[in-house]
This record gives sequence, C-alpha cells and structure tokens, in this order.
Amino acid sequence: MTIEKRSSAFEYAPAPESRAVVDIAPSYGLFIDGEFAEAAEGRVFKTVSPSTEEVLSEVAQAGEADVERAVKAARKAFEKWSALPGSERAKYLFRIARIIQERSRELAVLETLDNGKPIRETRDADLPLVAAHFFYYAGWADKLGHAGFGANPRPLGVAGQVIPWNFPLLMLAWKIAPALATGNTVVLKPAETTPLSALFFADICRQAGLPKGVVNILPGYGDTGAALVAHPDVNKVAFTGSTAVGKEIARTVAGSRKKLTLELGGKGANIVFDDAPIDQAVEGIVTGIFFNQGQVCCAGSRLLVQESIQDELLDSLKRRLSTLRLGDPLDKNTDIGAINSAEQLARITSLVEAGEAEGAERWSPACELPSSGYWFAPTLFTNVTQAHTIARDEIFGPVLSVLTFRTPDEAVAKANNTQYGLSAGIWTEKGSRILAVANKLRAGVVWSNTFNKFDPTSPFGGYKESGFGREGGRHGLEAYLDV
Amino acid sequence: MSDPRVDTRPDTRPDTRSDARLSVFKTYKLYVGGKFPRSESGRVYEVSDAKGNWLANAPLSSRKDARDAVVAARKAFGGWAGATAYNRGQVLYRVAEMLEGRREQFVREVADAEGLSKPKANAQVDAAIDRWVWYAGWTDKIAQVVGGGNPVAGPYFNLSSPEPTGVVVVLAPQESSFLGLVSVLAPVIATGNTAIVIASERSPLPALSLGEVLATSDVPGGVVNILSGRTAEITPSLAAHQDVNAIDLAGADEVLAKELEIAAADNLKRVLRPQTVDNAQWFATPGTERMTAFLETKTVWHPTGSLGASGSSY
Repeated sequence: MTIEKRSSAFEYAPAPESRAVVDIAPSYGLFIDGEFAEAAEGRVFKTVSPSTEEVLSEVAQAGEADVERAVKAARKAFEKWSALPGSERAKYLFRIARIIQERSRELAVLETLDNGKPIRETRDADLPLVAAHFFYYAGWADKLGHAGFGANPRPLGVAGQVIPWNFPLLMLAWKIAPALATGNTVVLKPAETTPLSALFFADICRQAGLPKGVVNILPGYGDTGAALVAHPDVNKVAFTGSTAVGKEIARTVAGSRKKLTLELGGKGANIVFDDAPIDQAVEGIVTGIFFNQGQVCCAGSRLLVQESIQDELLDSLKRRLSTLRLGDPLDKNTDIGAINSAEQLARITSLVEAGEAEGAERWSPACELPSSGYWFAPTLFTNVTQAHTIARDEIFGPVLSVLTFRTPDEAVAKANNTQYGLSAGIWTEKGSRILAVANKLRAGVVWSNTFNKFDPTSPFGGYKESGFGREGGRHGLEAYLDV
Repeated sequence: MSDPRVDTRPDTRPDTRSDARLSVFKTYKLYVGGKFPRSESGRVYEVSDAKGNWLANAPLSSRKDARDAVVAARKAFGGWAGATAYNRGQVLYRVAEMLEGRREQFVREVADAEGLSKPKANAQVDAAIDRWVWYAGWTDKIAQVVGGGNPVAGPYFNLSSPEPTGVVVVLAPQESSFLGLVSVLAPVIATGNTAIVIASERSPLPALSLGEVLATSDVPGGVVNILSGRTAEITPSLAAHQDVNAIDLAGADEVLAKELEIAAADNLKRVLRPQTVDNAQWFATPGTERMTAFLETKTVWHPTGSLGASGSSY
C-alpha cells in the first residue's frame, strides 16, 4: 500500500470544535443508588482519547460487590418505579430527553473525545438520535396498554444491560429509554474504552430528579459485565456487542427465567445493480462502511456489485474515497476519525493482513495518518471471494470487500451466505427488484437506495447469529415486558 | 410388559368383528419429508396405554433420523415461507377438515394414550381440530398485527414485517399427546416456518397418526416432520444442529431444557423456554406468543423524496 501526501489548492482550513464546553473531571466513581461511589475493591482504570492517546480521566472499575450493590439498589427502586403511573414515568423521560437536547453540544464533544469518532457524527447523528429515543419511549410509558402486548403489560424487574463502545451514548439510550418507559430499573455497564458519556448521563438523571436506584452505571471490563449478566436477581439481560460474547451470555442465562435480547455482529451486504444511480450508490457505500470508521455492527462491509458496472463503480468509489478527510475528530471537516482503541486497531490490522495474504487486492486513497492515536486509512479490497476471511469475518473497521455477481439470484445467494443477518442494502432504480430482493434477504434491516439510517420508531435487530430481539419502535418494548 | 403378540388394546369401536377374524395392527412410522420411513436405526420401543397394556411399537428415532428431518425441513422452508399467507391458511384449514373425518381414530388414540374417558378424549380432539381452524385464520393476519409502518423522522418509507425464523424443532408436550402437540405445532407452521416435532415420549401414537393426516392435507412434504423416540436422546443433536434456527422446549424437563438451551446458544437459535402448562390450560384460547416466538422482524427503508410527507404541495 502506498500512501502519499496530497496537496490541493482546496485544502480545508482547520475548523475545530471547542473543548471548552465539556468539563471532564480527573476521576469518576460508579453511579449506584443515585450516588457516585468508589469501587469496593478500589480499582480504577484510565480512559483515553483514541485520537491523541491523552488520558481523559480515571474511572472506578466495578467488581462483583459493586454489581451486588447496584442490583440491590435497582431492585429496591423497582417497587416504586414500576408502581408509578405511566404518565409520571413519561415525564421523567421527557425531562431527560430535554436535558440531553440542552447539553447536546457538551455531550457530542465528550463523546468525540472519548470515542474518537468525528464531531460531525456525534453532533449530527448520535446526539439527535439519543434525545429522540428518550422522547419516543417517553410517549409510550403511559400508553403501554395500546402497544399490542395485552391490556396491562408488566415490567420484568431489574434489567442488566451491557453496551459497546462504538455508539456509547446512543446504545445507552436504546437500552435505558425503553427499560424505564416500561417500568423496569436498570444497571448498565458501559464499555471500558468509553465510560464517560454514561457517567455524564448519570448526572442528567440527577438533574432530572430521577428517583435513586432507577438507573445505576457500573463502568468496568468484561468481568463486570459477566457478573452483572449472571446475577441471580437480574430479570432481563440486554447486550449489544460481539457474537462470541453474545453466545457466552446466552449460555449463562440458559435454564434461568431471565429474558434475553442480543444485538450482535454483522457482515452486511450492499448490493448494487447495474441500473443503480451510481453517484447515489457511491455515497451510500461510503456511508455504509466508513460511517464511524466502519465500527458499526450493521456496516455494509461486503459490496456486491453487478459485474457489468464494476469498473465504473470502483472508479467513482475510489475518486470519492480520495476526498474523505481523516484526522482530528474534533475538526468539523473531518470525515474519518480515530479507531476506538489500540486493541481494535490491532484486530483490524491483522484481518486486513489476512486479506492480503489470501490474495485479495488492497487499495487505500492517499492519506496521511496522524503520528499519535489509533488510525486506519479507509481501505478497499478487490478480487475478494466468498471464501476469503475478509468476506466472512466481521472486521469492524473502515475496510470494504468488493465482490461481484451477475444475476439477482446470485446476489441474493451471496448476500445470504453468512452466519450473520443484521443489515443489507439494495441499489437499483427498479421498484419490483427492490421488493423482490428485500423479500429474499435474511436480514433484520434492509436499506434500499439508502444506508445506515436509524430512527427510534423503527425496529432494529438481526436474523441468525446477529442476535435476537428488536430494539426501537413498538417492537422494542417487548424486550422489557412480561409478554 | 404384556405379550406384544396379543392385541390388548382397549377397543372402543363397535365390535363388528367375528371371533374368527384377527384385527390388523398398524405399523407406526415416522413422518419425514412427506414420507413414512422407519427409523434408520431399525429400532422400535413399546408404547403402552395408561394402564400399561401394549398398544404398538413406535419407531425409536436416532440422531441420523433427526438430521434427515432437518434436511427435509430446510428443503421445504423456501416454498412454505414463500407461499402466500392465504394459501397457508387454506392448508391449515384442510388439516382440520381431514382430522374431522378421522376424529374417531384420534379420540381412541388419545383415550388410550392418556387414559381418558371417551367424552374427555372427545373434548381434546375437538379442541385440537378447532385449534387448527384458529391458526388457519391467523396466517394472513399476523403480519398486520405485529408488523407496521414506522413514522420515521425523515423522507423515508419504512415498513416492518414479520418473517418466519426458519427450521424450528418442537419438543411436543409430554402429557398432552394431541391437543398439546397441535397447540405447539400449528403456530410454528402457520407463520411459514418448517418444523421437526419430537412426539411425546410416552404417548407418541397420536402424533405419528397426525403425520398421516398432514400427508393428505396439502401440507407440502418436509414442512412438518414427526419423530418418536427418546426425547433426551434425539434432541441434543438437534439443539446443536447448525441448520436449525429455533427450538421450542415445551416438552423438556428442567434439566434437559437447560442442557438444550446451552447447546442452542452455539448458533444463537431462538429458544422458547418451557412454560408450566397443565392439561386443562391447553384448552384456553392461545395468544400470539407461540407465533411471535418464531418470527423475525424485517424493516425495509426507502427514500421517498420530499413529496408525500406533510408539506407536499399536492
């Protein structure tokens, strides 16, 4: 791979977003029963900014005793919270939604600092969706009898929720908003590399006057999550993350009465037919795989392009990739930010090396990587076959594999040839072809002539090993109700 | 055990036989891929009535039979899932029609299997037939009830529709040999899944006879596959099978259910855990849970442009 410095008369001047709107404390505790507290064992870990490797803060690391305490607090709070009229619970959620809107600039900057994703995305995608989720589920709290789960659907109890680092605050919203609306209380473990926005959310709960113990936040590593999931007094487990961990959780809750929903990995196919509008398709492909540096479970990481337009499409795509700006995530012009952690960078690197070793052809646009932080240039692989590791394993990074097909049937067969079934894209001007192909795809979300669109009213979730249950929409309520 | 050569079956039929005539026994066979094979293992086990009298030898299915059933169910899935909901409803209703014509046989078999009086067995069979009718009516309504259009905040058409999960293994309830069986089988296939049913271990005969009804009810071969034998022997390989998408643990005891749920995690099968249902409860009108447990929700997005939403100048 060669990366050369590009120069142009149209270089963008830096347009950094100010860090001054966010005040990150040097250390944070666990949030249990409405109070911040140190971990029982006194353990702490550091969270760093992936773009600079600067230590942002030191965070308490929850152990088993803390899980115990948090579940107890949530159990105690459940009694009153679930007994509250839905209309009152709704008002708390509306308050939270409003406070998120008020503090959205601060939270966007915080999220960008802790996660490494561009401010353009946290500001324009993550935060508006976070607020929208609380607004959406707030409205359900006093209308549950109309949700189609019977006249008087009951909450489950204490929800143990474990979320990933790719959309830290959005995943929190996906989990906490429906849980609270339905009358459950929660203990949530954010990812070890991105705990800060969840701790800021604890402060939002305080501002909203949410009763103590209804929301508890336990930063920690995998062992904290495992202890939470296995806790006998947890009634519902919700997990978003890797398929391997999802399977482990499914084994853990086997034989128990715990209700389980899993949002796991994916290897989305983005199918481009020969009659697709090329420019729009190229934008969709870029959104599909380079949004959030490709660290998206529903990323369109397998591009299936009809053979007759392969050259034209790839030329356009390469030209477009050459215009992507990689760098300081706080710069408002930045398209591609930092990879979330050194560990994730190593994983992407090793899979990409496997791709090269197996004979696929690697291409990246000319692109200078910053000297500190975790970075990976947008990468394209051609000459990829279905047997290649990069076509089968989820890379979870800015890496696109290009495969070809000749007929719609072949496209469907290749798209479905995966253990995953989370997302897929279809690009064609022909309506009947969209509907026919969408019908045959085994995927929970099918974007036609668009990609990576989300909305709180719209259920999201996978087929096959991409997990079970749906988040969002009316369907998302079911995960938190005894139905 | 009583002597298998002597027909000790309590016969509730009007006795029209002369003493000289020897009755014809039925060889019970599995129902796999629309055919009636014996177990590949060549094994059978004795099935007796509630009083311990020998009724018949039922096939003792092997793990190979189970794998064959998965192949048959997978093969049938595309056609059945792709059939119109209206057509599936017609087929389910046809099952009720066929059963109605053979109700006396099932009343006798259920009475024998569960040690019920004739009126009680009658009630079981009536309810089972009616259940087919009930689910026949659901096939083209479930999508309207659990699907829907989503009002997303943007110029997009966005529709969620349910789709069948795929190949579903159903451990039929152990106690309710027919009504319970129908109550767990019909919802699985009503929505377009294909099924591998493990019949009640102690009372498999009504299930095996149901196969004969299904074969003559326009149910495509492979949509329902019925195995008899030792539940704990057949099911672990099915729970671990990579081409099975879901498992209903209705007929598993607590220990087996946990073991199977752990095995099912390996490819993240959808699991419906056993619920405590006593025999009387099978009579209650079901909810939709047994259908929704084996449905996926697919959400399709498409841009609409700015027209059509509010603000249109039409």
